Amino acid sequence: MKIRTNQVLVALRNSLLENKDPNKPCVRVCVSTGCRARGSLDVLEAFREEVMKQGSGIDVDIKQTGCHGFCERGPVVVIGPKEIFYQGVKPYDVPEVVSKTLHKGEVVDRLLYLDPATNQKVLCETEVPFYRMQTRRILANNGRIDPTNILDYITVGGYQALAKAITTMSCEKIIHTVEKSGLRGLGGGGFPTGRKWRSCREAEGDIRFVIGNGDEGDPGAFSDRSLMEANPHSILEGLIIGAYAIGAKQGYLYVRSEYPLALKHLQIAIDQAKEYGFLGDAIFGAEFDLDIDIIRGGGAFVCGESSALVASIEGKVGEPRTKYIHTVERGLWNKPTNLNNVKTWACIPLIVNNGADWYAKMGTEKCKGTAIFSLVGKVNNTGLIEVPMGTSLKQIIYDIGGGILEGKKFKAVQTGGPSGGCIPEELLDLPVDFDRLTEAGSMMGSGGMIVMDEATCMVDVARYFLDFLQYESCGKCVPCREGVKRMLEIITDITAGRAEKEKLELLQELAEMVKDFSLCGLGRTSPNTVLSTLKYFQDEYRAHVKDKKCTAGVCKDLIEYFILENKCTGCGACLKLCPQQAIRGRPKNPHTIDPSKCFRCGVCRDACPFEAIMVK
Amino acid sequence: MIAVLQEIESSYGYLPAWALRQVSEKLELPLTQVYGVASFYDAFHLTPRGKHLIRVCLGTACYLRGSTRILEALERELGIKDGETTPDLEFSIQSVRCLGACALSPVMIIDEFYFDKMTPTKINSVLKRIQEKNEN
Repeated sequence: MKIRTNQVLVALRNSLLENKDPNKPCVRVCVSTGCRARGSLDVLEAFREEVMKQGSGIDVDIKQTGCHGFCERGPVVVIGPKEIFYQGVKPYDVPEVVSKTLHKGEVVDRLLYLDPATNQKVLCETEVPFYRMQTRRILANNGRIDPTNILDYITVGGYQALAKAITTMSCEKIIHTVEKSGLRGLGGGGFPTGRKWRSCREAEGDIRFVIGNGDEGDPGAFSDRSLMEANPHSILEGLIIGAYAIGAKQGYLYVRSEYPLALKHLQIAIDQAKEYGFLGDAIFGAEFDLDIDIIRGGGAFVCGESSALVASIEGKVGEPRTKYIHTVERGLWNKPTNLNNVKTWACIPLIVNNGADWYAKMGTEKCKGTAIFSLVGKVNNTGLIEVPMGTSLKQIIYDIGGGILEGKKFKAVQTGGPSGGCIPEELLDLPVDFDRLTEAGSMMGSGGMIVMDEATCMVDVARYFLDFLQYESCGKCVPCREGVKRMLEIITDITAGRAEKEKLELLQELAEMVKDFSLCGLGRTSPNTVLSTLKYFQDEYRAHVKDKKCTAGVCKDLIEYFILENKCTGCGACLKLCPQQAIRGRPKNPHTIDPSKCFRCGVCRDACPFEAIMVK
Repeated sequence: MIAVLQEIESSYGYLPAWALRQVSEKLELPLTQVYGVASFYDAFHLTPRGKHLIRVCLGTACYLRGSTRILEALERELGIKDGETTPDLEFSIQSVRCLGACALSPVMIIDEFYFDKMTPTKINSVLKRIQEKNEN
C-alpha cells in the first residue's frame, strides 16, 4: 500500500488506534543487544509458549522492542496497560508472570526493581529513579514499539512529520525551522544542523547526497546502536525530511558492521518505508524521489570523520582530507553532501511536529534539546540515558546512575570517547553541554560517559586511549601518526616506572603540538585525555615518575601482590590457580607470594574467598 | 569495493590472496589499492581464522573492569596471542573495541554466544563448554 496523501496516513493511524484496545495486556520484551546477550530471546519465546499453554480467556499482545535503556537490569519486560516493570526476567519466571500478572492482574514482587535509596519495590518504569530523572524525547518510543513493524511506528505518530513537511512546508521553511530550533549535531561536533543544511542546499551542484552516520566507533558508547535497533524509522523519517529540504535524491546510512542487529532493523525499515511509499518515487505526491542504501562500515574508527566516511563509501581507504573544502560543498563523489549523526536525524521529526520553539525551550542558552549518553564504567546503573542539555554531571552519575559501584569513591568521569577528556570531582557540578564540556578540556563526542572510581589509574586510562588512537590513526598526517605514537611510548614508560620528571614536560609539549597541527578531528582531539589528566591528576603522574608508585594499584610494573597473614586460612585456592606457581604454603597455614615469579595477573585475588590478597 | 571484500570475507572467513588478485582484475583497480583497503579496515583478515572466533571486548567500560586480564588468561590458555589462530584452526582470538554491551562488562563473545561479567578463572570452563559442544 502506497500512502500518497496526509489524509490516508491519518486515516490509517486512526484505524490502528481504534483497533487497539487500551486495556488489552501487552508484554514488551527488550530484545536489544544488551538484554539479548542475557537471554531475552528465550524469555520472549517462553512468553509465546506459556500464553498458548495457559491461553484460555486472555488476549495478549507479545511484542519485541528495542532498548529500554536500563541494560544493567536486563532482560527487561514491561507489561501494559499498567506498565509494570519487571527486571532480570528469566525464562523460568515466565509461567508465574503469565498466571499471576496476565491472568489475575497480580504483581510478581520479586521481579520488581528495588530502589536502593528507599528500600521500596517500584512498580512502574517511570517511578524507577533511573528513568524518573530523565527526559526521553529521541528515545521516547524505544521500549514501546516493535522496531520491525512500521505500523507500530505509525501508531505513535510516525511519518506525520514527513507528511507535514512535504505537504505544508517549503524547503526553505523546513531549514528555517531546524535553524531556529537550535539543534546541533549530536554526533559530537555540535555544529548547528540548520546552518549545515543551508550550506549544502546552497552549494553548487546538480546532485546532492544525505548521509546518516551510524559508525559509532567510540569504545564505551552505544547510543547510536540502541537507537538504530529500537527505532530505525525515526532516523529514516528525519533523513527523508532532510533530503527533501536539501534537494537530495539519494541517501546513505553508514553503519558499523559490528552492529548486526542495527543493520538488520534498518534494512527492514527501509523495505517497509518503500512499501508504504515513504521512499521511492513521488513521495507524498510531491516531485521528490528518494532512495536510501545502507553501507556497512569496515571497522575503522577514523571513518566517523566526515571526509573519511565519504572516502569509505567511495570504496577507498578511509583517510580524511583537509577541510578547507567542506563536505557540504564537495563530499561524496565531489557532490554536495550533508552528513549528520543518526541521533540528529531522529530529532528532525520531533522538531517538525512540535515546532522550533518547543525544541528550543529545553536546554541551555547555546545548546538546545536533550543529550544522550551511554552511562558505563564503575557506576551502579549502567545504561542508556537522555537528559536535557545543562543537566549536571552529578545528577547524571548519582541520581540516574545510582552512584559508584561497590560504594567506592568517585575519581573522574570521561566523556567523548578517545577524543574526550577526564573530568575530576571538583567539576561535578558542571552542566553538560557541548561548550561547557569543551571548556573543561573534554567534549560531548558520541555520548559515552565513563565513570571511574578510586581503583582506576588515570595515567593508565590516558595510556589506554593513546593505545587505541595510535592503532586507529589512519597514518596520513605526521603529527597524529608519529606524535600519538611517541606520546604512547612516553606514557608507557611512565606506567612502567622507567620515566623521569622531564618526560612529563615533553609529554605536555608533544600533546599540544599534536592538538594544533593534526589534519582531522581524530588527531586534533587525540591528546585530550593526556592533557586533561595532566591538568587534573598531576599528583598521579608525579607518583609514577618520582616515587615509582601507582596509587590506584593498576600499573603492573609498579605494584606487588601480597598475602595478609592474619586473613589467609591456607585453603590453597590461590595456589592451585596461580599460572606461575609463585604461591607457596602448607595447607591450613598462611601462604606467601614470590614476587620474582609473580607476573601480576591477579587470578589469586579473584580466587581468594577471604579477601586476604592485597596489592601494594 | 568494500562491499565485494565483505562478501568474500563472509564466505571464506578471510581474504585469500588469489581473491584479492581477482577483485583487482574484475574491478580494474590496481592490486596495491585493493590490498590497501583490505589491510586498512579491521573487518578484513589476510590469514585464515579458526573455527571458533573468540572476541574479547577491550572497550573502555570492559577495560576498567579488567578485560585485559581476561585476554591475557585466554592467551595463556590457548598459547596464542591476540589476533592469532591456534595451529589446529580451532580458535582465533581477536580483541575488539567495544561491542556496545557495556552492562555485561567485561564481556567476551565466542561465535555468537555472550559470556558476561567474565573473570580469568572462568576461562577454562567456558572453553571446555565450547569444546564439548563441538564433540556433540
